[in-house]
Amino acid sequence: MNAITLPKQEQVNKTAQTNLSEIELTQTVGNIYADDAKMSIRNANVYYGDKKAIDNISLDVAKNQVTALIGPSGCGKSTFLRCLNRMNDTIDICKITGQFTLDNENIYTKNLDPVLLRARVGMVFQKPNPFPKSIYDNVAYGARIHGLTSNKAELDEIVETSLQKAGLFNEVKDRLNDPGTGLSGGQQQRLCIARTIAVSPEVILMDEPASALDPIATAIIEELIDELKEKYTIAIVTHSMQQAARVSQHTAYFHMGKLVEMGKTEDIFTRPSHKLTENYITGRFG
Amino acid sequence: MTKLNKDLNGDSSNSTNTLSTTEKISLSLKNRHRKEKRFKHIGLFSVLFGFLLVVILIGDITSKALPAFNQHWVKLDVNYQASWLNISDYSVQSPITKQMKKANYRNVLKKSLYQMFPDVSGRKDKRKLSKLLSSNAEFTLKNNLIAFPKLFEKKTQVWVKLDDDVDSYLKEAFPLGEAGLRIGQKQAQWLAQLIYNERVESRFNFSFFTASDSREPELAGIKGALMGTLLTMFVTLLLSFPLGVAGALYLEEFAPKNRLTDFIEININNLAAVPSIVFGLLGLAVIINLFGLPRSAPLVGGIVLTLMTLPTIIIASRAAIKAVPPSIREAALGLGASKMQVTFSHVLPQAMPGIITGAIIGVAQALGETAPLLMIGMVAFIVDVPSSIVDSATVLPVQIFLWADSPERAFLAKTSAAILVLLTLLLIINLSATMLRSKFEKK
Repeated sequence: MNAITLPKQEQVNKTAQTNLSEIELTQTVGNIYADDAKMSIRNANVYYGDKKAIDNISLDVAKNQVTALIGPSGCGKSTFLRCLNRMNDTIDICKITGQFTLDNENIYTKNLDPVLLRARVGMVFQKPNPFPKSIYDNVAYGARIHGLTSNKAELDEIVETSLQKAGLFNEVKDRLNDPGTGLSGGQQQRLCIARTIAVSPEVILMDEPASALDPIATAIIEELIDELKEKYTIAIVTHSMQQAARVSQHTAYFHMGKLVEMGKTEDIFTRPSHKLTENYITGRFG
Repeated sequence: MTKLNKDLNGDSSNSTNTLSTTEKISLSLKNRHRKEKRFKHIGLFSVLFGFLLVVILIGDITSKALPAFNQHWVKLDVNYQASWLNISDYSVQSPITKQMKKANYRNVLKKSLYQMFPDVSGRKDKRKLSKLLSSNAEFTLKNNLIAFPKLFEKKTQVWVKLDDDVDSYLKEAFPLGEAGLRIGQKQAQWLAQLIYNERVESRFNFSFFTASDSREPELAGIKGALMGTLLTMFVTLLLSFPLGVAGALYLEEFAPKNRLTDFIEININNLAAVPSIVFGLLGLAVIINLFGLPRSAPLVGGIVLTLMTLPTIIIASRAAIKAVPPSIREAALGLGASKMQVTFSHVLPQAMPGIITGAIIGVAQALGETAPLLMIGMVAFIVDVPSSIVDSATVLPVQIFLWADSPERAFLAKTSAAILVLLTLLLIINLSATMLRSKFEKK
């Protein structure tokens, strides 16, 4: 079998190469606008030193819906996601231009403290990264640093509801004081989601939240995302096209720092307009 | 199918001539295992060699130090006669107890001693006889009488220390006339007489731990230097730990990466390589002469050693801070924690074990440092135990240096004993550091 597929793979790579020069000229196809946009990004460019990582991207993140960002490795989707809560500010050589708004408010102004922005736009990372503290302290941390509660009972309440929303409470309710790092990978990721929810953000950014997890844990996370969109706006970066198809309402396909195509998820996966998108979602490359 | 068979046959015929991969691997395997074994042996040898050296060192020091922990005492028949004490005024205006403080105990000591040895006559012999006793003996008599005033005008028995030369002679049992031993034939005879009468006793030398330095080895103790060391280390740790950690945190977490911070970084690394005596000169020129802080004080010593310890702590702390996974920082930042909150609630606690290790290495270095302290006057002969950081003091390594330089034979053992105390202190510091470390790591 291997002997047969190998030459064909090379062929595909060649076509991808030829398409690449094509894309230089093309604009984003599909529909980047949302009826009810929570976040809007216009003409975003991101540079790492001299290297351009994001090239003139515009899109909307629809309110109380899941927007999936897909694309091959190194296409800039994580970089783009990190711009949405100014996580890239911590990288010295990173330069960002363009307009980013949250509820029609520019997030890259001097008046807006990134601390406040990150409380409103939470983030869940690729690798589960609980703090080396107890489960309780992990969830309570955000509420504590922002001074959201005035007494222990309120804090307990927040921790419990957050863990419940993340579907973790029943599994850990008897061991809230155990270290968060002692949980399984899937549980850790749900703990990180609970930790993010505890601050009651408006938007949750998820950077490949299930890529380090097994299929069962992934399924649980996906279910969770589906429930969470009732209350939160979600933008998710994923490598798995099935996952994007299952959880998202909108899909944006990134390629080499450009936004190739964006639209309703069912449209993207059934009738892709762009050749690159079609190649990617049919698994020919990427 | 037939083609495949042919290929297979061709393969098998080939393998008869050349070796198969498995055979090649198994051939090289032997060699690889041999290399592994050889390396293991070399490693084991290095470890054992180092361990052996330590054992020899500690064993040698301990065996040499042991005599310092014992001291020979002699029991004297003392007569607190009023005339010997030079107390003649019996009026009410001057109570006897008050006069006892000024009385002539040297006379009492001598007269009592001569009574015990009635055969000894002649000034030369008498002086030799009284030289058997420690110069401290008259004070022992004085303290005894002041403690028990009832003994006035009475005969009693008092234990006093023997002189250090006599003590060394008894401990080492050298034949008489041996070079370096300052005991004459007659003195040896008198000693033998005392021993025969069961008047000589070897006791644990408590004063080694309770007294400060002295010119007389039998009176010299380690407490002054030990206190000096503790006070100096206290100042060093108090200054260098917060400064070092704050500096490291700033450089790693807050400072912009530009030429200035690069320049600072290079200078910190250079500072770690500066010979310590230079810091001593700096301390003398700036801290003592310019700022006018007291000489020989643990405060100045601590500041000078801080200069030395600071780069070690900063470098170790920066390494520890760098090792904190960035995912933790991102997690906290993503929740909306400010940089300060990220640093103090996540980065610092995680880096703490590494920082503590660095601090302990720095302090252990400072603990054994002698040269810079010589420059700021901590080498002075100080007989009082320092009680504050501005009192004159000396430290253990300097005390070792001073005693090692002293001609009296008994100081040989004292030197080793002081080294033993220094090593014990080092061990205690390292142990507490290990405990602190594991405590932070558990968290």
